[in-house]
Amino acid sequence: MKRHLISAADLTRDDALLVLDTAEEMARVADRPIKKLPTLRGRTVVNLFFEDSTRTRISFEAAAKRLSADVINFSAKGSSVSKGESLKDTALTLEAMGADAVVVRHHASGAPQRLATSGWINASVVNAGDGTHEHPTQALLDAFTMRRHLSGVGRDLAGRRVTIVGDILHSRVARSNVLLLNTLGAEVTLVAPPTLLPIGVEQWPCQVGYDLDAVLAKSDAVMMLRVQRERMNAAFFPTEREYSRRYGLDGGRMAVLPEHAIVMHPGPMNRGMEITAEVADSPRCTAVEQVANGVSTRMAVLYLLLGGSEPALATARAEEPRPEEPRADDARPDDVPTEAARTEESK
Amino acid sequence: MVDDRSTTAQAAPAPPARPVLEAPDIARVLTRIAHEIVERAKGADDVVLLGIPTRGVFLARRLADKLAEITGRTTQVGSLDITMYRDDLRLHPPRALARTEIPGDGVDGRLVVLVDDVLFSGRTIRAALDALGDIGRPRAVQLAVLVDRGHRELPIRADYVGKNLPTSLRETVRVLLTEEDGRDSVLLGHSRREPQDRTAAAADQ
Repeated sequence: MKRHLISAADLTRDDALLVLDTAEEMARVADRPIKKLPTLRGRTVVNLFFEDSTRTRISFEAAAKRLSADVINFSAKGSSVSKGESLKDTALTLEAMGADAVVVRHHASGAPQRLATSGWINASVVNAGDGTHEHPTQALLDAFTMRRHLSGVGRDLAGRRVTIVGDILHSRVARSNVLLLNTLGAEVTLVAPPTLLPIGVEQWPCQVGYDLDAVLAKSDAVMMLRVQRERMNAAFFPTEREYSRRYGLDGGRMAVLPEHAIVMHPGPMNRGMEITAEVADSPRCTAVEQVANGVSTRMAVLYLLLGGSEPALATARAEEPRPEEPRADDARPDDVPTEAARTEESK
Repeated sequence: MVDDRSTTAQAAPAPPARPVLEAPDIARVLTRIAHEIVERAKGADDVVLLGIPTRGVFLARRLADKLAEITGRTTQVGSLDITMYRDDLRLHPPRALARTEIPGDGVDGRLVVLVDDVLFSGRTIRAALDALGDIGRPRAVQLAVLVDRGHRELPIRADYVGKNLPTSLRETVRVLLTEEDGRDSVLLGHSRREPQDRTAAAADQ
């Protein structure tokens, strides 16, 4: 990972822990009377949303504002995109406006990657969900939530068993979570009807099962995914009732979980479909907490990408950490080849 | 930030760093500062000690213990991370954050004593004052440092100074504390940097 966050796979274990530890400190800002830090003053963050989203956009907006960045919201509806403007022209417009970071959600998988590597813009690109590909900040906030409940601040998730249930096929959340949780040492099991598993899932670093009841008793966290009706243009399962009976989480199934286990949901929830109201409203369900953690996590990501002369999350970790040389000026990140981030030294 | 300083010290070639304060000196100096705080704060009832990470936090805790010995009451002690308020953030990659721990009753209306190991350019303290302003409104803010090495770049001075150490910009001051480094000592070394490189030198502070 250089100066973009496109995929959860871009993050090394050290990167991921740095984001989570930073998020932990960011979370404390929310408890203060003045919920604002001056860190990103004068930087511009553009929320570029080609697809509807409340939670993620508001979360990114709150995160950027708490760091004192200027936020420009751009949604495809009511913009020139609805008049047929291409991604490239939109990007060039943003570049001309001097965006330092672009948070992009797009219905096409790979759009953020294209934006980051095309040379259209110099800004850092943060993937806020692209098609059925990835949603890395969601995975980070899920890992943050799990860590708080299951292993404690400062640790990774080694040995924790996480079960992800539901529409894996259409879920960018599942893909990012599998990659990140694997990096953090957790054992992930996917449970879904065979029709809702993507091709090639056997190559993912996780187990795959079809029987929810078989894995519940040894799960530390169960993540229920929304059945994405808007993407269900084919018959993936016979009836909603059958899906709900086989793969939905109700009070009875929750009782089978170990005492410390948590129930997670990235939202929005379909109550009565993949999760019953009883479970959704129980204290073990972290859905609301996940939203709060989302702001802290995204603050951490924005700080680490934009807070200095160059991002703290770097692939160049293999390089020898060199004693700091005086930097001539605050060169733009793109002028500077990736250096071993000094964060390692300064922690 | 503190570790930058240690990197500098490690990078320094011969002559080796010379100790200017040893463990008994540091203990004596902290005892004196504690007495001065009690004297000036007329009993130190409303004092909140806030250490600046990393080593300022350990010094603040030691001062709190000394104050408790003198006054017989526990003193509020915490830490104040200033990373997000630094003025040189854009000169370096983002730094990992340290812990900010404000004691239960907050700082409103209290006498806050900021505690740091070395006072140099004064930029850390400026950032600390900004950070403090976002947390509450103290009755007054004072500053206690173990070593004042001079070369201020801002109109800031310490209220309690362990040792005034006149230095040149070529020199490095490195504070070692048992909690972090295994032993107590203040070392004066030589930087291989050119003295005119004020930006990097200030970053050490």
